[in-house]
Order: sequence, then C-alpha cells, then structure tokens
Amino acid sequence: MADRSQGSVTLMSDRGRPAPKLSVEHLVKTRRSTSGETVTAVDDVTFEVHQGEFLCLLGPSGCGKTTILNILAGLDEPTSGAALLDGKPIPGPGPDRAVLFQEPALFPWLSVVANVEFALKHVGVAQEERRTRAMSWLENVHLTGNANAQPHELSAGMRQRAVLARALACDPDVLLGDEPFGALDAQARELLQNEVQRVWVESEGRKTFVFVTHNVREAALLADRVLVMTAAPGRLLEEVRIHAPRPRNLDDALVARVVSEIHEVLMGEVSKGGST
Amino acid sequence: MRRLAKELGPPLAGVAGLLVVWAIVAAFVSPAIVPSPSEVWSAFARGVSDGTIPEAAAKTLLRLAFSFVVSIVIGTALGFGLALNEFARRSIRPLVVALQITPYIAWLPLAVVWFGLSERAVVFVTIVGAFPSVTLATIASFGQVPPLLKRAGRTLGAEGWQLYREVIFPAALPGYVAGLDQAWGFAWKALMAGELIIAGVRATGLGHLLQRSQDDVPMLIATVAVIVVIGVLVEYLIFGTVDRRIRRRRGLLVDA
Repeated sequence: MADRSQGSVTLMSDRGRPAPKLSVEHLVKTRRSTSGETVTAVDDVTFEVHQGEFLCLLGPSGCGKTTILNILAGLDEPTSGAALLDGKPIPGPGPDRAVLFQEPALFPWLSVVANVEFALKHVGVAQEERRTRAMSWLENVHLTGNANAQPHELSAGMRQRAVLARALACDPDVLLGDEPFGALDAQARELLQNEVQRVWVESEGRKTFVFVTHNVREAALLADRVLVMTAAPGRLLEEVRIHAPRPRNLDDALVARVVSEIHEVLMGEVSKGGST
Repeated sequence: MRRLAKELGPPLAGVAGLLVVWAIVAAFVSPAIVPSPSEVWSAFARGVSDGTIPEAAAKTLLRLAFSFVVSIVIGTALGFGLALNEFARRSIRPLVVALQITPYIAWLPLAVVWFGLSERAVVFVTIVGAFPSVTLATIASFGQVPPLLKRAGRTLGAEGWQLYREVIFPAALPGYVAGLDQAWGFAWKALMAGELIIAGVRATGLGHLLQRSQDDVPMLIATVAVIVVIGVLVEYLIFGTVDRRIRRRRGLLVDA
C-alpha cells in the first residue's frame, strides 16, 4: 500500500509536471437498458487533459461522450476505471467545474440576472456585490438589456449566452460543454463559439475547457486537441492536435484542413463499421 | 379597466342569460317548485338582514379554512415523505389514491360513530376529502421536477437542503399549487355534504341552513347561490390568481 502511493508521487514529479487537471483511466461505464440488458456506453477510455488545455471529444451521437462529460462533472460515476481531478478521484459536482448542458438549464422562476446571482451566491460572493458582478458577466455576453427578463422571454441563443454568463460567474477551473450550441442556428452558434474561444484565450492557461460535440467544424475551431470516438460502445479512435493560432476562424486554411482530416478518420470508421 | 370589462363581460352575460331563462321558467311553473328570481332575492335579503346567512357563511368559511389548512399540513408532510422514500411511496401511495377516489360521503356514518353529531365529525370528513389530493399533487410535483434543473443546481454548488430550497421546491411549485386548487374543491364539497348531513342541534353553517330550509324554496335557492358564489370567488380570486401569476412568470401560460 505504502509502496503504491509512493509510486504515484514519483510518477507525478517524473517529468517535473503536476498531475493533469483531469484524467480518465480505463474508464468503463455500463448501464441497464429498459429491457434489462447491460449496455456498454463507454468502453475502456483513457486520456488526460492538462490545465489550460481546450479538448474536444468528438463522436457520433450515442458514443458515450456525454457520459464521460457527466463523469467529469461529478454527476455520474464510472462502472470501473478511474476519473481524476488534479490526481484525486472526482468528488461530487461543484462550481469549480461548470457545465453547459445541451439544453440551456436556466431556472425558469428566476430572472436572467437572478440566475447569474444564483451562481455567485454559491461561490460565496456577498449579497451586496452580487448584482453588480452579475451585471458585468451579462455585459460580457451582451445581455445587459435582458437582465430582468424571464428566461422564456429570450431566444435560444440568448438563453445559451445567459447560461454561459452564469457558468463563468462561478469562475470555474474547468468548463465542461455538452454540445451546448447544437440546437442553435448557425449565426447564434458562431457568436457563442467566438465567445467561448475568447474567454478561454483570456484565461491565459488558467482555465481548462472540455467540450463534447458531434460537429467536426466546431471541434476544429475550438480545440487544441480533438479525441475522435467510435460509435457505441465508445472508444477512442484517434487523437488530432491542432496548432492553428487563435482567435480562429472557420475559414482559416489550417482549420479547414483539420476538418477534412477528421472527416477522413470518421468516414473510415463508418465504412469499417458497415463491413463488419 | 378595459381588460377587466373584457374578462368579466362574457361570464356576466352568461349569468344574465341564466337569470332570464330562470325568470321565464318561473313564470310557467308553480312558485312552490321554482320561485322567481325576485322572490329568491327577497329571501336572500331577509337572510342577510336577520343575520342567518352572514353567520352561517362565516361559520362555514371558518370550518373550511381550518380543515383546509390541516389538510395542507398533513397532505404536504405525507407527500414530501413519500416523495423522498421510494419504498414508502410504493406502499402508501396506492392507499392515498384509494382514499382519494372513495366518495367522502362514505365516511359520514363512520365519522358520526367516532365523533358524534359534532363539529369534529364535519371537519374530519372535510380533511379526509381534501388531504389525499394534496399528498398526490405533492408527490407528482416532485416527480416532475426536470432532472436537468437538479443537475444544473448541483453543478452550481447547491447540495442537500440548499438544493431543495433553491431548486427543487421552486421547480415543484406549479404542480403543487394545481394540487391545492383541486384539494380545496374537494374540501368545499366534503364540507357542504358534512354540514348538510351532520347537523347538530345548534350548529350553524351554509349546509345546516340548507338542511333547515327544506320547506322554504326561495331560501334554499338563495343559500345555494351563496355557496356557488363563495366557490367561484375562492377559485378565481385566490387559486386562479396565484396559479396564473406563477405560470405567466415561467412562460407556461399562453395568453389568448
């Protein structure tokens, strides 16, 4: 026992580098389907995310990428294998790991600004400071004029912007995105992608972003590194590093090349799946 | 003012239409069976001036308020407990459903055996009539809280009691209020049945008034009208307003 813990300490200082911000080791997640069968959602996945990195998990729907994200958020637990935060098992959910869900999860009984204040309250911001702080976060996403609106009065894109403001108000170390822009029209999506990119760049390596997407262009636009996953049961298929400078644009030649590269990987996977 | 006229216009027209039909029927039928609206109005005026109707209405409303508050407390506590514990829910919820679909009238003879011809018997029947709806609505409203909102609350740092207070209770509120609305309807009906049948010698209440006015048809109709008006007022002014306000705020109400 003592040997083992010593071993892991050595490992950490091995390359003079701290433990990765997030890591997943031989992660397996199975669940019982409604018909009672055991379904493997994630099958032996291992990867690390370093502090300040922007990682995208890319894969077809049903490949278990959302499951991995939920495990990182602390909302779900691995069946076997490990999921670590700063080298320690991931505790329950918390505001150090903000989550952008597929649906904008604003509280419908609170106004937009009160939704942001909710986040500030739980990270310990004093009551008299909350309103000004919340307003400045809303200003970042151009929602000052809608601060007192109820969530249902906003457009889908505005709602995701409000959710982004709320998530960032927690000042999280990690931002997890579960295809948060998937349901938006192209224009609203681009706006939010740029916003996310800007926030990440401005954090200057302090914040770690992990986004799940099935959109190749989104992954190529946002990520430093893309992990391509297979269809269910989800396994890692390929890792693509993207060195294009930021802020990136979908029209950048390098981004376009990465997109076609990833497409090739995915097409190969599809045809392989078809023949077996 | 214009909005009020727009909202109240049609129902008032309906009431006026009813009065016209009633007056026409009364003109052709013996007043011993269908008295005219004016006869009923004078019976009502008499009942108000000699104090019988106000006293009966006040007593009835007091009983209603007491029984309803007790129903809310019992119903909510039981519902919350059952929402938290699956085994308890699966074993006790069917009993509450059985209680809810049992006509409250069926409890009247037992209530008399247990409590005599007393105030307590009336209140008992009212509570038994009303609290199952509160319990079932409480369970259902917790069950319908979107999992997404709970997860969002937890990732924002709300856990345990805070999660209940700040996310789960507010999210469950619309369903709960709808349940209270239904429960008050049951309470009102059960109370009237109770008062009508369990009439102690000196008991007063709108149901008792009905029981005692059996040979005074104008007074019977006047009392029924008072019962109807109280019901409509509580329904629209209290529950309707609260329910509309909650739903409008959350965008659950589509304005016609």
